[in-house]
Amino acid sequence: MISTNQFLAKSDHNSFIGMNEPIILKKLVTNQSIRIENLDVYIENQHILKDMNLTIPEKSITCIIGPSGCGKSTFLKTLNRMHDESPEVKISGKVFVDDENIYGPHVNVIDTRKKMGLLAQRPCPLPMSIFENVAYGPRIHGIKKRKAVNQTVIQYLQYVGLWDEVRDRVRTSATRLSIGQQQRLCLARGLAIEPEYILGDEATSALDPLSTKKIEELFVKLKEKYTIILVTHTLRQAKRIADHIIFMYLGKIIEAGPTEEFFNNPKKQLTRDYLSGSFS
Amino acid sequence: MRRLRAAKDKIARYLMLGIAIFTILFLLVIGLSLFFKALPIMRAKNLWVLLSSANWKPFKGDFGFLPFILSTFYVSLIAIIIALPFSILTSIYLNSYASKNVRRFFEPVVDLLSGIPPIIYGVWGTLTIVPLIANKIAPRFVEFSTGYTVLAGGIVLAVMIIPLLISITLEVFRSIPKEMTDASLSMGATKWQTVKKVILRKSISGIIAATVLALSRAFGETMAVLMVCGNITQLPHSIFDACYPLPALIANNYGEMLSMPNYESALMFSAFLLFIIVVLFNGISRFTLNQIERRYQFS
Amino acid sequence: MKQLEEKIFKIIMICSAMIILGVLVYIIATVFYRGLPALTLDMITKLPGGGFYLGKEGGVLNAIVGSIYIIIGSLAISMFISVPLVMYINFYLPAKSVFSSLIRFSLDILFGIPSIVYGAFGFALMIFLGVRASLLGGILTVAMLIMPIMMRSFDEITRLLSRELPDALLSLGATKYEMVKVILRQLMPGLVTAILLAIGRGIGDAATVLFTAGYTDNIPNSLNQPAATLPLSIFFQLGSPVEEVQNRAYASAIILTVIILILSFSARYFSSKFSKNKI
Ligand SMILES: Nc1ncnc2c1ncn2[C@@H]1O[C@H](COP(=O)(O)OP(=O)(O)O)[C@@H](O)[C@H]1O
Ligand SMILES: [Mg+2]
Repeated sequence: MISTNQFLAKSDHNSFIGMNEPIILKKLVTNQSIRIENLDVYIENQHILKDMNLTIPEKSITCIIGPSGCGKSTFLKTLNRMHDESPEVKISGKVFVDDENIYGPHVNVIDTRKKMGLLAQRPCPLPMSIFENVAYGPRIHGIKKRKAVNQTVIQYLQYVGLWDEVRDRVRTSATRLSIGQQQRLCLARGLAIEPEYILGDEATSALDPLSTKKIEELFVKLKEKYTIILVTHTLRQAKRIADHIIFMYLGKIIEAGPTEEFFNNPKKQLTRDYLSGSFS
Repeated sequence: MRRLRAAKDKIARYLMLGIAIFTILFLLVIGLSLFFKALPIMRAKNLWVLLSSANWKPFKGDFGFLPFILSTFYVSLIAIIIALPFSILTSIYLNSYASKNVRRFFEPVVDLLSGIPPIIYGVWGTLTIVPLIANKIAPRFVEFSTGYTVLAGGIVLAVMIIPLLISITLEVFRSIPKEMTDASLSMGATKWQTVKKVILRKSISGIIAATVLALSRAFGETMAVLMVCGNITQLPHSIFDACYPLPALIANNYGEMLSMPNYESALMFSAFLLFIIVVLFNGISRFTLNQIERRYQFS
Repeated sequence: MKQLEEKIFKIIMICSAMIILGVLVYIIATVFYRGLPALTLDMITKLPGGGFYLGKEGGVLNAIVGSIYIIIGSLAISMFISVPLVMYINFYLPAKSVFSSLIRFSLDILFGIPSIVYGAFGFALMIFLGVRASLLGGILTVAMLIMPIMMRSFDEITRLLSRELPDALLSLGATKYEMVKVILRQLMPGLVTAILLAIGRGIGDAATVLFTAGYTDNIPNSLNQPAATLPLSIFFQLGSPVEEVQNRAYASAIILTVIILILSFSARYFSSKFSKNKI
């Protein structure tokens, strides 16, 4: 983490998010965790993300909204370097996480990914027991002592409210859980690697309303400790839980700002059109 | 810890790369070693003579492969002629007419047919097809036949390649976008007209590829054919004559021929011949089929 | 007119499907009809006794055990190569890489090479290495035959796996190698299917073992001893002029057919299980 002073010294010209004109996310920015500079992403020579510049404030929920195909998932993937797996994706620009450019020359991909807990659109339990699912991350990252592993697993299962539901069958296959339980399991699994950030790509779109509510409550609880970035498919969800909104359209950031302001007083015509539902 | 993980990852990656290269090289190694084994006979004799002479007297040093090549060709040709209509009709039926249950019932049938070992086909052929030809079919056309004939080999082979033909033609049919057949049906064409005008026309290249593939399978089939085709070195003049295909020649003589000069090389030459033909045929048809599959993925 | 043509062709098509089904039943029925009377418990529990090939006592246990030894050995070898290769082309190489298409193309061609060519190549290789016809020779040659079968069917199943699981693992910070280990658990039913298919092909093939494995009335107890195999045992018994021996060939054919039927149905069971898991 860097202090406010350091931050101001380093990037005083860049303490805002947006494209041409700076947009202030938090009225009083104390620290920034993710800072993106001149990010361009090309997939198979198509310009998918166009000159993105923004700062994502820490310990809060930032929701990314925008019509389908505008590049939300692509953007999220640039944050944990999942594009490394696809050679057809070309990335230029800088993504600073904890003030280190994760596309810099000496960065360890595994460490970067470990910093980012990802919650996918559909829960994808590993083909093993509930316990093993949560234990998997800590184990590959070097926690071998049984007691420590047990403790970690129980702690995070409790944290997502799953422990009481599954305590007598933690050794059974995770695929037998309901889909909402599976998604909470995936969240616990992601938290168990002790990330600093949580990324969610339409993480509730496959869930029923009750499970959605549980996950949303978890996000709100989690923002005490983590910086959360969510792609969301419904405006209502963004309204409910977001502290900040980023609106993307055709690979560009159109408008961004604190939730209240964004919804009550959008500055761009495009944003107003989108919010009024004239396109989606 | 971190370094250990990265090292393991790297070692695994290089091992796998090694295996991948080995697999590609393996094909080359087989081809090259067969070639070098066949080289002595190709040096000793004119290649054209080897392929076009019918004079086969190994102990005298005469190696004319024509009887074996023609036998292989005739047997495979008959097999294709018999198998193709059955396979295409059945595939059309399964693809366009049959209910889901019928299809589900038929899948294991095709699987089982393709899983039955050649030796069992051979047993079946000697028990049923050979006597059938000797007693019922051949007497109508020729004076005498043992039943161990080109025709017997062709029939047994036909049954053996039917599953391959069906599964590939089915795949080819499935690669035709449903919108096309729907369009034809909605214009008032009957199912059969749609099959004729749309499905068969669109999949002609796939069917040809499947046929070539099945032919190459037929060329190489050994045990079953060997058991029913008589194995007499001669130029077969009718389908009721005995014949002696290349694989049977290898199977019957390899392993015990080391006393005659060039005999081993001659047999290796036939293996090399089979290899070349099969690789060529397979290559062409697989390439075509891959192309079709790709079209399917992007349509 | 249109309707008539439609009807006629439909009938022809159903007939051709029925004939194919009929042939399958006919094959199995023929083998059972001829072989059942000779199929005794001795057949599968005893080695060929003295004078077995003249119609006296004994069974084909030598061939059954020989076939099992050869298939186990060749499976071990081909799995050791197939599994890493399939993982490599699916998860290490990029989706549209030229290299992976080249490998897949080679597999297609290896798959099409006739077993007699593998047999001849295997024998030539054995002469080169100074190995005589033996269990080891049979294992190596059968491994060449079943390797492409296993690779192709396992590859086909692996390609169906969605990107979700690999992505989930990578985003947990797993290395590729760690990822592949977990993915293999998910693919286990598919691997079993591929193995069963390979066993089915390998155990029934005679042309590969004809020169490479040799033949013996005993059970081999080391890799350089010759080994009998079921298909060859059928072949040799069938060549006997004694009727009882021929009948035992049919009985052995039943044994082989039953093994194949069991393998085929279990392969089907496992692959259906796989597709259920996937959804
Ligand atoms: N692997 C890919 N290959 C080609 N185009 C892609 C690929 N991934 C994403 N795209 C393109 O990038 C754009 C943004 O996609 P995505 O980030 O998934 O949008 P969103 O998540 O906002 O719906 C889309 O136009 C899509 O077609
Ligand atoms: Mg998306």
